[in-house]
Amino acid sequence: MKMKKVLAMAVSTLLCGTMLAGCGSSNESSNSGSSSNSETTTEKKTDAATTVADSGSEDNNGGGSSSGDLIKVGIINNDPNESGYRTANVNDLKATFTKENGFDASFAYSLKNEEQINAAQKFIQDEVDYLLLSAADTAGWDSVLKDAKDAGTRVILFDRTIDADESLYDASIVSDMAKEGEQAVKWLESQDLASYDIIHLQGVIGSAAQKGRSGALNDTAASKGWNIITQQTADWNAEKAQQIVQSVIDSGKKFNVIYAENDDMAKGAVAALDRANISHGVDKDVVVIGFDCNKWALEELQKGNWNYDGQCNPFQSTYILEVIDKLENGETLSQKTIIMDEKGFDAKTITAEDVENYGI
Amino acid sequence: MTARPKTAEKSSFLASIVRKQIFIPIAALLLLAIFNLIMDPSFFKITLGHNIEGNPVLSGNIISIIDYGSELAILAIGMTLVTAASRGQDISVGAAIAISGSVVLRILCGPNADAATLQAPIIVAFLASCIVAMAFGAFNGALVSIFRIQPMVATLILFTAGRSIAAWINHNKLPVVNDKTFAYFGGYIPGIPIPTPVFIAIACFIVIWIVLKFTTLGLYAQAVGINEKTSRLNGLNPAFIKFITYVILGLCVAVAAFIKVSRVSTINYSVVAKDIEMDAILAVALGGNSLSGGKFSISASILGAYVIQFLTTTLYKFNVQADALPAYKAVVVILLVILSAPIVREKLSAFFKSLRSPVKAESKS
Amino acid sequence: MQEKSLLEMRGIYKSFPGVKALRNVDFTLREGEIHALMGENGAGKSTLIKVLTGVHIKDSGDIFLKGHSGAVQIHSPQDAQNLGISTVYQEISLCPNLSVAENIFLGRGKHGIVNWRNMNRHAGKLLDSLGIAVKPTQQLASCSIAVQQMVAIARAVDMECSVLILDEPTSSLDESEVEKLFGLMRQLKERGVGIIFVTHFLDQVYEVCDRITVLRDGQLVGEYEIEKLPRVQLVSKMLGKELDDMADIKNDIPVFEEKDKGYVYEAEGLCSSEGIKPFNFNIRKGEVNGFTGLLGSGRSECVRAIFGADKVTGGRVKVNGKEVKINKPIDAMKNGIAYLPEDRKRDGIVGDLSVRDNIILALQVKKGFFKPFTKAEAIKFAEEYIKLLDIKTASVDTPIKSLSGGNQQKVILGRWLLTHPEYLILDEPTRGIDVGTKVDIQKLVLKLASEGMSITFISSETDEMLRTCSRLMVMRDRKLVGELTGDELTQNTIMNTIAGGGQE
Repeated sequence: MKMKKVLAMAVSTLLCGTMLAGCGSSNESSNSGSSSNSETTTEKKTDAATTVADSGSEDNNGGGSSSGDLIKVGIINNDPNESGYRTANVNDLKATFTKENGFDASFAYSLKNEEQINAAQKFIQDEVDYLLLSAADTAGWDSVLKDAKDAGTRVILFDRTIDADESLYDASIVSDMAKEGEQAVKWLESQDLASYDIIHLQGVIGSAAQKGRSGALNDTAASKGWNIITQQTADWNAEKAQQIVQSVIDSGKKFNVIYAENDDMAKGAVAALDRANISHGVDKDVVVIGFDCNKWALEELQKGNWNYDGQCNPFQSTYILEVIDKLENGETLSQKTIIMDEKGFDAKTITAEDVENYGI
Repeated sequence: MTARPKTAEKSSFLASIVRKQIFIPIAALLLLAIFNLIMDPSFFKITLGHNIEGNPVLSGNIISIIDYGSELAILAIGMTLVTAASRGQDISVGAAIAISGSVVLRILCGPNADAATLQAPIIVAFLASCIVAMAFGAFNGALVSIFRIQPMVATLILFTAGRSIAAWINHNKLPVVNDKTFAYFGGYIPGIPIPTPVFIAIACFIVIWIVLKFTTLGLYAQAVGINEKTSRLNGLNPAFIKFITYVILGLCVAVAAFIKVSRVSTINYSVVAKDIEMDAILAVALGGNSLSGGKFSISASILGAYVIQFLTTTLYKFNVQADALPAYKAVVVILLVILSAPIVREKLSAFFKSLRSPVKAESKS
Repeated sequence: MQEKSLLEMRGIYKSFPGVKALRNVDFTLREGEIHALMGENGAGKSTLIKVLTGVHIKDSGDIFLKGHSGAVQIHSPQDAQNLGISTVYQEISLCPNLSVAENIFLGRGKHGIVNWRNMNRHAGKLLDSLGIAVKPTQQLASCSIAVQQMVAIARAVDMECSVLILDEPTSSLDESEVEKLFGLMRQLKERGVGIIFVTHFLDQVYEVCDRITVLRDGQLVGEYEIEKLPRVQLVSKMLGKELDDMADIKNDIPVFEEKDKGYVYEAEGLCSSEGIKPFNFNIRKGEVNGFTGLLGSGRSECVRAIFGADKVTGGRVKVNGKEVKINKPIDAMKNGIAYLPEDRKRDGIVGDLSVRDNIILALQVKKGFFKPFTKAEAIKFAEEYIKLLDIKTASVDTPIKSLSGGNQQKVILGRWLLTHPEYLILDEPTRGIDVGTKVDIQKLVLKLASEGMSITFISSETDEMLRTCSRLMVMRDRKLVGELTGDELTQNTIMNTIAGGGQE
């Protein structure tokens, strides 16, 4: 009995430890699991800080010096391990909200809404000036945002929007998944192919990115009479995508477009094409479209192996900084919801600079 | 008249086959094969073509099945042993594949994850990933055997933490191996038209066959799984035997992860081998092995793994709507599991026997 | 019904397929009485209890309860509970993860609505009145076994039971806990509750009980007041040997040649985690000796300590004169010791495995991990012992669990003989086996000994021991209390030694 209890405790501490390692309760939390992880991110922070300083340092210093000391910011985000996109997003924020730039920032990561709400409450108690929030779930934020309003904490939503009254937050910076899909589909349309026979590899069904990216293709395919040969979810997984494309090849169906909703699946699809000696890329038999703009994916574009890569912009800190500057200077925002520009790269026009700047 | 004894013999033969463990996966394979044959005979077409490097390659659905089923079949080996000895399953194999694959990438791509050439020989990366995977297997094994935690609960720890550990190994980056020879392991070796994973899987089958033939692992694992107290009184060390099965599963994980990494020269730690643990457990169950331990048949589990892959490929082939895919899979699985239930097999066996008795009655008259 | 009696069972019959478990048994329990129900294993104690509590339905007979006119019908445990008959089993049947108060009231609410404050207050009062020192809100699992048992008793008391059955309540308690339990029992007795106490511990019976009912082979031997039944009488009644007509059956015992070849096995101060007092023991080459004593006296625990089956906590062991360490079964096996365990199903067979695998298991383990027998070798061994021991099995591939008990026992015996041990320990090898096989096994034991094997033999049947053993260690309450050889080997002396204490 005793043994079991001791063990249960050991296991639960271990689990807590791993959860902390995964979520990281604050920027200074450096437990054994993530110690070297956070080391590297801080390392990156300093050298990335210098690059960001170019873009925003003037404004920031202005903002910072006007109040005489650091602006206190509480940032609530999703788990950086969720995806490469999230990692880039987290690193971007970490690199921007530094002491050098005039900020005293605390971070909280979780994929669970209630944990995020707890973190928000803690930040409000700590009297942060700004609460930056990428909510895990759209519902349940009303009361905590009211608390924030009462406490005079300004709230800026980024990346994801929530179901709450507009008066409860100061600004909402969102990426438009549908727009991103539309851009890619528009690009595809502009290619003016003789026929459109598409293999559509979907992400995890029901996720925001999947809905946006699938919706755009479905709409246009219906209106333009494009032929979708196969529409399957590969759950963002390269190897499943490879199998699906392989099965289309095995069945002998003709196709000339692969629309993969992320880079991994595009890579898996290309592996299947290589196996069957089907050429792909710029001016080849099959057009390959991916999303997310991983650095390696952009390199594939550069080599002409793929044709197009769309991106849901993870670099949101410049938008946030703009909003904070305006608010600090007492200006009012013309509109609360700010839709970010989404990037999309064509293999024919991509430059080495693009790869360096926008690859995640 | 002469035909009659033959039918009698045949039905008794059928009755005895039905009771054999390996009957279930074979029956399932046959059902799937017949279904495909009726729906579209071209399913079984195999063609010889060339890949982008100009090497000859065989392609076709059957090739795809034995190719993509390799990882699952390899995992089924370890999962069968773990199930037999510890009366429970390891649900952390997917996460362990993410870890093990990340180790391969880390060693081949170096700490900065963007090296253009290999940073270490492939064999070094493979051996390192084996050691890491076996260490995590040992961790699970120790929790199960020494601390006597239920296997599912014990492996839940790694299931939860594994993908974070995998992310940490490459600092959340997704390195890609830029080396043609590395891709041979998940693709084709020049000049050989059969996918390499098939050979790796066969090599694993031979190894486990040799291990079971030249050691007493099989007897010990079964004895411990059936009756731990008796095993101890017969001089066995049940804890050690359970432990060793988890380490063996770790080795299987390393091999499966290596194939996965090689297939597309990279893996994404957050999605690679997602839910493969469930498929591996299902393979064991489809093989007719009791999930509560004891007697096992590894060859039945391996066949079970290929049944699952056959099913997946069939569903892809018929382009089942993405959101309906799990439902179809579930229906087939329910059918197969019901078929494998002892009570149904008893009935089937009795049915085949009853086919025989009217024949006797007839010949008397 | 007699005055003062709470419960009367008259002419109870109960049979199971092939066994007549109870034949014409009467039992009477009076108000404010602690009544011991005694008998060896298989005497029918637990069947009688189960009939009373509605677990088994009696074939015939009547049960009368105070306050009910005419015979009562008990068809389910629920019926028994409603009639005020409560049972506290050796294995606690409460919910360890609930609080003490929750356990007391579990499943008794009328509407499924719980008033927690009331419940805890009521439980507190109840526990106070019974002098049980535990908080109602404490989690049950964090209490000692003794307290858990007392909580179970408190639950029964609160349900206004008039008949309380305690089935082996003391076997997992230490002495001070037993004292506390007895205190509680005496208190309940004051309140007029009738208690049926089932135990193997003679000392405890004489400490706390008023009356004893003895059963043997499913039949009533008699009901006795405690003062009028000396211990040795009780033992003789349980074993079914009247002191007077215990004929000298020594004639049956073949005379062993004294072999001056020294000790095969010697132990000094051996003790194990199972609570046996340190004991000395030895055996010579070709000798057959045995441990005797009532069930639960520690005779099995002694041989388990010798084999290293339980955790050995102290003592020195010599095999063939050389000092060795035996901490686990494999150590013993390597020193040529073999052990046929008492509980065949739990410790002996590997149910799903074939007869063949069961036979070769021990030898295979001894031989080593990297040296498996080929299938042909295994079949050869299996067939050899199937023939030698006349095991009835369809084939060597038949799973052992589908064999009859006697044949399973022979398979396990074969498993150990295959290892060619120097020293063989047989714990109850003949239990649950038909008479013919019993004699076969006894003969085999003597034959093996005459070939030079040393054998320790344990049996519940004294005459079987007398027929085979030349020396007997007598156990009582987990202590070695005597060693009998030569002329001392008679039923009378054995019983006197087993009964011990009471005679002095």
